[in-house]
Amino acid sequence: MTTSAVPVKGPGESGEPPVAANSSGPPQRSLGSRIASVAGGGAMRVFLILVALLWVTPTIGLLASSFRDPTDIAASGWWDVFSKPSQLTTESYSTLLGKEEITDSLLNTVYITVPATVLVVVIGAMAGYAFAWMDFKGRDWWFVAVVALLVVPIQIALIPLADLFGDLGIFGSVIGVVLFHVGFGLPFAIFLLRNFFAEIPRELLEAARLDGAGEVRLFATVIMPLGAPAIASLGIFQFLWVWNDMLVALIFSDSGSRPLTVALTEQTRQFSGNIETLAPGAFISMVIPLAVFFAFQRQFVSGVMAGAVK
Amino acid sequence: MSSQVATAGGPANPVPPVGKRKSVIGTRWWVAGLFLLPAIVLLGALVVYPIGYSIWRSLFDADGSGFVGLGNYGDLFSDDATFTAVKNTAIWVAVAPALVTGLGLIFAVLTERVRWSTAFKLVIFMPMAISMLAAGIIFRLVYEADPDQGVANAVLVGVHDTFAESSVYPKARPSGESDLKASGGGAFTSTATVGAGSPALIPLVGIAPNKVPGDPGDAKAAEASGDGVSGTVWLDFKLGGGGEKGAIDAGEKALPGIKVEAVKDGKVVASAKAGDDGTFTLPASAEGAQLRLPSSNFAEPYNGVDWLGPSLVTPAIIGSYAWMWAGFAMVLIAAGLAGVDRNLLEAARVDGANEWQVFRRVTVPLLAPVLVVVLITLMINVMKIFDLVFIIAPQPSKDEANVLALQLVNASFGGGNNQGLGSAIGIVLLLLVMPVMIVNIRRLRKERRR
Repeated sequence: MTTSAVPVKGPGESGEPPVAANSSGPPQRSLGSRIASVAGGGAMRVFLILVALLWVTPTIGLLASSFRDPTDIAASGWWDVFSKPSQLTTESYSTLLGKEEITDSLLNTVYITVPATVLVVVIGAMAGYAFAWMDFKGRDWWFVAVVALLVVPIQIALIPLADLFGDLGIFGSVIGVVLFHVGFGLPFAIFLLRNFFAEIPRELLEAARLDGAGEVRLFATVIMPLGAPAIASLGIFQFLWVWNDMLVALIFSDSGSRPLTVALTEQTRQFSGNIETLAPGAFISMVIPLAVFFAFQRQFVSGVMAGAVK
Repeated sequence: MSSQVATAGGPANPVPPVGKRKSVIGTRWWVAGLFLLPAIVLLGALVVYPIGYSIWRSLFDADGSGFVGLGNYGDLFSDDATFTAVKNTAIWVAVAPALVTGLGLIFAVLTERVRWSTAFKLVIFMPMAISMLAAGIIFRLVYEADPDQGVANAVLVGVHDTFAESSVYPKARPSGESDLKASGGGAFTSTATVGAGSPALIPLVGIAPNKVPGDPGDAKAAEASGDGVSGTVWLDFKLGGGGEKGAIDAGEKALPGIKVEAVKDGKVVASAKAGDDGTFTLPASAEGAQLRLPSSNFAEPYNGVDWLGPSLVTPAIIGSYAWMWAGFAMVLIAAGLAGVDRNLLEAARVDGANEWQVFRRVTVPLLAPVLVVVLITLMINVMKIFDLVFIIAPQPSKDEANVLALQLVNASFGGGNNQGLGSAIGIVLLLLVMPVMIVNIRRLRKERRR
């Protein structure tokens, strides 16, 4: 790579008209410093491109590995596919999706994720509404308590809830995993939604109230629609959180209720010999999150940003 | 119609003074109670109760029958596996947040003036979408020790072999008949000295004739070359056997590229490389010297770094964490950067500050509040790190990579069956995030008073 040539030609190559660089540069700066800054800009672009390459390479490695057969995987590195595209095959995927344990675990992932997301959104919205617009004794104290729970590590509940769910007979079931995620999803849900609902203009609520709307109708026809942006962010965040979870399911699910992440985890014990299972499996587990990410970038980013304290 | 009602309702119901929010619902407490009930019940049973239970449970022994007071907390430092976890978590908290924030800051500042910054940010942020399990599998693959499997070592070996001479015959050694004996450090030195008149014979064994790299031609006996010292390096073995040991027989392979040094009193006076027919010629100054085959001829090939071995496993996993979270730091810092007053930066530039000074003295101080938020968020996150370590650390270095959250699971569910110790670790994790909890509450109450 001719890194030395690129920087000097930087502005022309990158599409920035050199004229602009000349005219917009502060007049008091010397020609030397201007050349230095142009060269710096080129070096910076090269650096950023290298960083971007560094960032995508691991994922491409997984993707390429998932489309090779076991013999090729054992014989050479995944980068071989670039010189021998004939190696590409969907065999690993069809083998993987032919295994009942994998398809069952994929279904379990859905059975866990959907209710855990819907429940958190609905219950969180109800509580958020109450905290934002209802008057009751000790409201602020209750809300402070919820905020305090925001950063409680989920690890602290593993042992107590394993015992509790064992007593209730739901240890190892989908219900147990869902309940765990609902419990630890709620503080953030309530916090986010209360703050958003509180910004809804009170005139809208009063108008609906005077129209004769009851609490339930107010909640369903005014709060929920107007709170849609926050609900979308929360829903996406919670969905991905549960979809991507491995720890809770590792402990609270059994062989019949385990999601894809746990099914794959068990394959990692013999990593090298299992790449043809792990690579397509990991990629299948990534498809939904990546689709959500690319489809709802804005909500995704705001949800992740707001919820990162979890 | 609604506006009509609103204006009609306004005067009749005097609106409460602005500032104190009054419910639009009225003060029927049981309605509020109904809306809150599911959340309160679930939070109580699933979050608050476990905290109390853990505190209580942490004071009892492994099976919960004997009271041990704070004994389990003492085990954090006396139990080997747990203490390793404590130390590693400390390393994580000290290194990972700073590293990720630093990367985020660099990316955020550099992308500011690049047209394709959105695409760049997308690439860097993407790993935030995937599970730590998937990231773990991705990096397990990156860190595979075999340079033919793991891309990290493939790159290292590629770079290494470009800059360093690699040996051609790692397994070769002089045959028993030869005069060359091991002289320490992997080199072989002759006991006799060489003279110009008699070509030296250096028979090697240890590689199969059909496995000689580059498939060289047959060896040829060197001719005496004036006052120089000549000789032959060859593989004194041929498939199917036969041939005389220590002599160059027809069909025996040359070993081109072997380096031969002439040594006098421990000093190298001349050196040469065997040619395609295995012959070499040393200048006249080699007269009377001993011949030595330096160890570089036989060194094992460079195979990269044992990323997931005991000593590097934690840094390697921190690397994968940085890959996942740099995008988070970058986006938050970029948002902070967008709020920075450009005039301040421009003023500094006009005053003659160079870009580095502007960055160091103006940009970073202005971004300090954002940087602190990012650092603290990452610290909380890192204290609880589990999945990446669980997936990436291979069995042989599991113990060396241990962290608190992983030790909690190992101790209580992974065969350890010591839920007393597990509960104590859980409480420690809670205590570690307590300061942030307090800051959150303080901030909330301050906003309320406004």
